[in-house]
Amino acid sequence: MIPELFFAYFAFMIVGLSLLVVTRRNPVHSVLWMLLLFFHIAGMYLFLNAEFMAAIQVIVYAGGILVLFLFVVLLMNLKDVAQMKKGITAWPTGVTFTIGIFIAMIYSVRSFIAAPPGRYSIEMIQQETHVKALGKLLYTDFLFQFEVVSLILLIAIVGAIVLAKRKFKG
Amino acid sequence: MVPLQWYLWLSIAVFSIGVLGFLSRRNIIIMLMSIELMLNAVNISLISFSHYIQDLRGQILAFFVIAVAAAEAAIGLAIIIALFRNKATANVDEIREMRG
Repeated sequence: MIPELFFAYFAFMIVGLSLLVVTRRNPVHSVLWMLLLFFHIAGMYLFLNAEFMAAIQVIVYAGGILVLFLFVVLLMNLKDVAQMKKGITAWPTGVTFTIGIFIAMIYSVRSFIAAPPGRYSIEMIQQETHVKALGKLLYTDFLFQFEVVSLILLIAIVGAIVLAKRKFKG
Repeated sequence: MVPLQWYLWLSIAVFSIGVLGFLSRRNIIIMLMSIELMLNAVNISLISFSHYIQDLRGQILAFFVIAVAAAEAAIGLAIIIALFRNKATANVDEIREMRG
């Protein structure tokens, strides 16, 4: 009973907060609602026994990406947004596509068949702590992918500086 | 025990809201935030799969998704700043120099 109640609280908060994020007219309000949303998603990860992912969610998303968003929103200093009559303009297209995608995905979930359980049971992870189990897998089986991700981050750093740099004349 | 289907439904709902935000909003920052919302929905489903199938590889995929999302946010916001410098607006309908 209590796990279901816990899940219901988090699910309603996540859906409601994401609706608030996409419907607020002022981007600053959207960013702040998104901060609360990310904390709830981190809580849901804790509920799924993924404490490392919850920590990463809070550190990277709430601490990094959202601060970047807030920085850019405040840097742009949009005065015309407040005067804009309608925040949502193209809603018929959006609602049609959304309902279509929603129905298609609900139907595809109904035919889902679970794979046989792997070897990382809760007891095994509990014995060998979550971070250690994840790190062992990440640095052995997924080492190449890990290096590729480091390259992607390097490209992001270089690209962001090159794109946002002010060009000097002459 | 909460069934896996509930998590998938939650993930579908959040993903659909992200699609709705991306298609119906014209503010470029909120469009980028809708993409982040969709990536988070995928992460929820990946981590719930990983928990129910008892395999950690789903969480590793979610880890990579978070890294790529961080890179995407940095590049996207840099593009927005470069765009804003040329044309002082956040409305994508007003950025139509290439429409012909």
